[in-house]
Amino acid sequence: MLQVRGLEVHYGGICAVRGVDLDVAAGEKVALIGANGAGKTSALKAIARMLPARGTVRLDGADIADAPPHSLVGQGLALVPEGRGVFARLSVRENLEMGAYVRTDRAAIADDIERVFSLLPRLRERAGQTAGTLSGGEQQMLAIGRALMSRPRLLLLDEPSMGLSPIMVATVFEVIRTVAQEGVTLLLVEQNARLALSLCDRGYVMESGEITLNAPSAELLDNPAVRSAYLGE
Amino acid sequence: MDIFIQQIINGLVLGSIYALVALGYTMVYGILGLINFAHGEVVMIGALTALTAIGLLVPAGLPGPVVVLGGLLIAIPVCMAVGFAIERIAYRPLRNAPRLAPLITAIGVSIVLQQLAMMGWGRNYHTFPPLLPATPHQLFGAAITDLQMLIVVVAAVLMAALVWLVTRTRLGRAMRATAENPAVARLMGVDVDRVISFTFVLGSALAAVAGVMVAANYSIAHYAMGFMLGLKAFTAAVLGGIGNLGGAMLGGLLLGIIESLGAGYIGDLTGGFLGSNYQDVFAFFVLILVLVFRPSGLMGEKVAERA
Ligand SMILES: Nc1ncnc2c1ncn2[C@@H]1O[C@H](COP(=O)(O)OP(=O)(O)OP(=O)(O)O)[C@@H](O)[C@H]1O
Ligand SMILES: [Mg+2]
Repeated sequence: MLQVRGLEVHYGGICAVRGVDLDVAAGEKVALIGANGAGKTSALKAIARMLPARGTVRLDGADIADAPPHSLVGQGLALVPEGRGVFARLSVRENLEMGAYVRTDRAAIADDIERVFSLLPRLRERAGQTAGTLSGGEQQMLAIGRALMSRPRLLLLDEPSMGLSPIMVATVFEVIRTVAQEGVTLLLVEQNARLALSLCDRGYVMESGEITLNAPSAELLDNPAVRSAYLGE
Repeated sequence: MDIFIQQIINGLVLGSIYALVALGYTMVYGILGLINFAHGEVVMIGALTALTAIGLLVPAGLPGPVVVLGGLLIAIPVCMAVGFAIERIAYRPLRNAPRLAPLITAIGVSIVLQQLAMMGWGRNYHTFPPLLPATPHQLFGAAITDLQMLIVVVAAVLMAALVWLVTRTRLGRAMRATAENPAVARLMGVDVDRVISFTFVLGSALAAVAGVMVAANYSIAHYAMGFMLGLKAFTAAVLGGIGNLGGAMLGGLLLGIIESLGAGYIGDLTGGFLGSNYQDVFAFFVLILVLVFRPSGLMGEKVAERA
């Protein structure tokens, strides 16, 4: 479904992503783990065309380099950005409506808002509140709910556990698991490697802008290098 | 005649016009963090275009209000095109430039438009023919003309429509989302460039209407009229809290009333030393006070947020 070849991101003189190759098959759940500053966010942003980058990104075989960035959501790609990126001055409901911005099927949008509310009941209680007044965990739920509103086939998540209490993390991951079970393909960036690998089928390890390992989750969880560097053992 | 009430009425009329222009400043600021100093020039182009069109329509012998409406309907698309072109040519290439660059460009655009207008329309004052009924009506011991009532009502209707557009429609939601976080709005599928263009076009349409109102209200238009008017409307936007729609409306009305009252009483206050021709002083007095004591304006949030 997603095929990335030779991805490179530069910030001025700094090279944050150096020739990354990455594949995600339809229905697969893939983790991308790595230390702070490894280039995970940069890679995700480049895939979603939020940053200028070199290399090719193919979505279902089609090169998306020339498509305008705002057309990606229509092709089934959604990103839950690092730091959530909810529209703080819009209400929770309006944020969800923004997620469905490119859709025109009004009745189905209303149904999907209901579906998000049943998946994330906390949001229903807060529907009329501006998103800026939500707690961090609630904002994360909203960011995920908003991404789901586009009915994505490929969902990119950037550190959904960041800054959340353990209980909130468990809730958010439960939601992600549910979404994946419904057939959405996942590419999950996480600091919390154990959590990410326990959810995903396969993982990439990124170091200083390069992919250094690519293996099934079970294998990575057993890998001594991974254990000492990312699992704190 | 009650001077106080009369000045309030005059102030409301003037303030309605300021509010329409202030909305253009505030919408662009809200979405780009840019002060479009050329916006006053768009008002001027609206006024002069309408006057030219009216001059051509008058010989057709149509009723006065129809002629004015005709002028307005020509001025609006012309101003929309000008607003669109300003953004495309002058601001878009500088989208990622340091903040000072678009600001200086804005001043440059303002000068260019003024000079072009001078070349096209000349240095003379153009008079607005008496096409609208100016019969005064009594209101609380003061007088209000049909034209004044029309200005207030049209401005109110346009502002209500704008609020509806921004708060209730899909496009308005996209505008607000873009204002807050263009990168994420784009991720949602918003064509951010189009939303920005639309914002300029919308503000310019309001400016066209305001231009015709000013010309009709003062019976006069001039290639340099946009400068002072723009500066005052900008003051109104800052007074209300730039970036905030409600603030622009409130700021516009307040500034109109302050100016009007000031002009009405300045002679008494200074023992006749200063006359009502000093009315312009008040706007800038207000601007200075706001900048010193409440830089975020009456309804604004932290102003440093986007700086
Ligand atoms: N806008 C920017 N300008 C300059 N350098 C940047 C910019 N954004 C990121 N970088 C640098 O690029 C490198 C990769 O950053 P990135 O945010 O992609 O890392 P990350 O793996 O997501 O880290 P974290 O786990 O902390 O989120 C870092 O060294 C960072 O300092
Ligand atoms: Mg990151």
